Amino acid sequence: MSFPVLDVQGLAYAYPDGHQALFGVNLHVHQGERVALLGPNGAGKTTLVLHLNGILTAGKGAVAVSGLPVTKDNLLEIRRRVGIVFQDPDDQLFMPTVRDDVAFGPANLGLRGAELDARVASALEAVGMADFADRPPHHLSFGQRRRVAVATVLAMEPEILVLDEPSSNLDPASRRELADILRSLDVTVLMVTHDLPYALELCERAVILSDGVIVADGPTRDILLDEETMRAHRLELPFGFNPATLPER
Amino acid sequence: MGAPHGHHLHWHGHSPIHRLPAHVKLVSLLAFVVTVVATPREAYWAFAAYLLLMLGVWVASRVPLGYLARRMVVEVPFVVFALLIPFVATGPRVDVGPLSLSEPGLLAAWGILAKATLGVMASLALATTTEPRDIVAGLEHLRLPALMVGILTFMLRYLDVVVGELERMRIARESRGFRATSVRQWPAIAATTGALFIRSYERGERVHLAMLSRGYGGRMPLLHETSTPASAWARGLALPAAALLVLVAAVVLR
Ligand SMILES: Nc1ncnc2c1ncn2[C@@H]1O[C@H](COP(=O)(O)OP(=O)(O)OP(=O)(O)O)[C@@H](O)[C@H]1O
Ligand SMILES: [Mg+2]
Repeated sequence: MSFPVLDVQGLAYAYPDGHQALFGVNLHVHQGERVALLGPNGAGKTTLVLHLNGILTAGKGAVAVSGLPVTKDNLLEIRRRVGIVFQDPDDQLFMPTVRDDVAFGPANLGLRGAELDARVASALEAVGMADFADRPPHHLSFGQRRRVAVATVLAMEPEILVLDEPSSNLDPASRRELADILRSLDVTVLMVTHDLPYALELCERAVILSDGVIVADGPTRDILLDEETMRAHRLELPFGFNPATLPER
Repeated sequence: MGAPHGHHLHWHGHSPIHRLPAHVKLVSLLAFVVTVVATPREAYWAFAAYLLLMLGVWVASRVPLGYLARRMVVEVPFVVFALLIPFVATGPRVDVGPLSLSEPGLLAAWGILAKATLGVMASLALATTTEPRDIVAGLEHLRLPALMVGILTFMLRYLDVVVGELERMRIARESRGFRATSVRQWPAIAATTGALFIRSYERGERVHLAMLSRGYGGRMPLLHETSTPASAWARGLALPAAALLVLVAAVVLR
């Protein structure tokens, strides 16, 4: 039997100031799935994400990636397997050029020379930013920076791509372009989002995290149509958007 | 074809000076400045020769001379300081019109002016032909400690971000009717500065998290291992070599 790509069991965590953010989270994500992680502000989504590659260490419970437990000894391999794209691209892009930034991750994994160049080129190709390799990241538009941020993580050839609010601050065209890119990638995806139509468009499965626990898990369409659960957890469909009237995928 | 870039000194171009590797230019700048500083100030013709050499470099860089000349204003504080020396220095005095000036003071002022001007000219030649990030890469190539290179890299990268943040905070302040016209309004500016500090600090933490997530282990990976052809060194060091000849001649002919 194969391991789930992501296996979170009974994960609880309190911040050093005593604020408890997660109360026993259970979540499995399997190879090739695209899962939307929904939940109101302050639900603990970002906190959960930071546990997936060992930035935060579980207070209780455990996280494993393709069978490898997230522990101090495994951190480098875990960080190769789990690629996190943070919400603000300015936090993620810090090197002088796009090329150097995309090379940073694989170089930390020990790649050099032609192999490194090939990784960088194919990652930039995948997000349609190959022509911008020599530009400084801060001169790019926000949508372009978000795409480069995705490339910086793709270059590490992760087993699971974790995106924290990938559609925030994007104009509709950039938002659609990013969706096309995500759909074209052959990688398992966990996507934190408040953009419910985006979740429905990209992810066949959705989970709701509320007050530090998973309260719903199922096909995205069913979750969005479950009015009672949605209302109980401060989730609202945008005006005029009705998943029931959309054709089945 | 050339143009200045944002608020940086750099002037985009493709002259032979632009194309020299940054670390070669840094070594060349340092050697030239040391040579100039080592020249006895009585060797007036040597400074004329240095000036000619420097003007030659300026012309070769194809950066408009007006652009360079305007940026010489950074030297003004030194000029003011130098001009004061003949008035306050002691020693035998000479009369220039109604003024009585100190002779050693005049010589000291000339020395400071000449050496500072040449130093600023040379630094401008570097700064206008080299992107800031290439200067940092050059320093790295010259084995500056990795930590310092890292700090400089981040400073360059986030300068625009922090300046942008400050600008947005100013606009937000003024949109709520604030005008910085009197001392009584300084507390609001102090509060903005404090907020900017905290935001920058928090951003630093988030950047660090993002770096850790990509396998950062406390050491920046070396991404560029290029070798420098001897011809680049030869071209780059031509300036300090010529200056050194002038210096030797000045010392020998004294
Ligand atoms: N560094 C911290 N120290 C203490 N408490 C924190 C810290 N970061 C987050 N929290 C708290 O933990 C809880 C969960 O925060 P988290 O950022 O994970 O929420 P989120 O689901 O990502 O929200 P959003 O949708 O607004 O991004 C919140 O109540 C928050 O106030
Ligand atoms: Mg969040």
